[in-house]
Amino acid sequence: MLLISCPNCGPRDETEFHYGGQAHIAYPENPNDLSDREWAEYLFYRENTKGTFAERWVHSTGCRQWFNMLRDTVSYDIHAIYAMGQPRPDYPADQASAPGLAPGAATPASSATTPTSSEGV
Amino acid sequence: MAETATPAETANVDHVRAARRSPGQHLAEAFASGSVPGTVTLTEIPYQTMVGIRVDRESDGGARVASLTGGLPAACGEVTGAGSINSLWLGPAEFLVVAPEEAHDSLCGSLVADLTAALGSDPGQVVDLSANRTTYELSGSRARAVLEKTCSLDLHPRVFKAGTALATELAHIPVLLWKTGEESYRVFPRASFADFLGRWILDAMREYASPEVP
Repeated sequence: MLLISCPNCGPRDETEFHYGGQAHIAYPENPNDLSDREWAEYLFYRENTKGTFAERWVHSTGCRQWFNMLRDTVSYDIHAIYAMGQPRPDYPADQASAPGLAPGAATPASSATTPTSSEGV
Repeated sequence: MAETATPAETANVDHVRAARRSPGQHLAEAFASGSVPGTVTLTEIPYQTMVGIRVDRESDGGARVASLTGGLPAACGEVTGAGSINSLWLGPAEFLVVAPEEAHDSLCGSLVADLTAALGSDPGQVVDLSANRTTYELSGSRARAVLEKTCSLDLHPRVFKAGTALATELAHIPVLLWKTGEESYRVFPRASFADFLGRWILDAMREYASPEVP
């Protein structure tokens, strides 16, 4: 079980938290201008990162506040916990540029290059 | 206010008291027979008045609410208030006011109405949550040992001091855990979990009724 340090309550068991998916996905500025494909990509397409991943969590049985977390999806190491709205911290800078890892902040525009083989998934 | 109640109000209060059922009422006998006086005892404190408050404690509305409740807690674990009305910290702008049942408006009290009036039209909310949770009081020299069977928090008195309250999980259900004295804890489960948690704690207490195995 993960021991997650809530910014308000301190270290608590993972079972007190709920996962909120990938962080830093901004709501499109003009949703009406998006094509159906772009809108679907905004809604459903997420990185499947092997390595350091920025994600949202909520302390649902405690203070019920959301926060961001930088977690390694392989080792489960928690590298950083930071407030909603803050930019993703650089950690570790050398791995973030390695091939096959997610870009720091994926936008709907950058995910438009997703291979078509995943269409309909 | 009870001494100024009219006969009609008294009749209404009697009607309210007769009609209600507490979530752990059917376990009262089991609690009494499962308790080991001096070692660990479990009782229900039914019908406490509880009011959920959401307000920025730095704002004017927060200050007015705080003047009624004897302050609002500033950080996780803090409990404010003196005497019978206490406020528990639930979140940075969320609090639970706990008071005896007599404070409730249906029993000629005025706590909910007073808090609603204190907040006024400012941003925030005051919600009567008295029926949301019940209160179990677990006390005795083995009370901490019973809780430690399921609670992942550090309950050692060095860390978890009397007069603090935390939202956590007991037996996988969300509860508020308030340490009211060195050997006394109040557990606030939601009404629908009260039966399960009551029986769970009773089971956890059972070993202390037997002589210790050397």
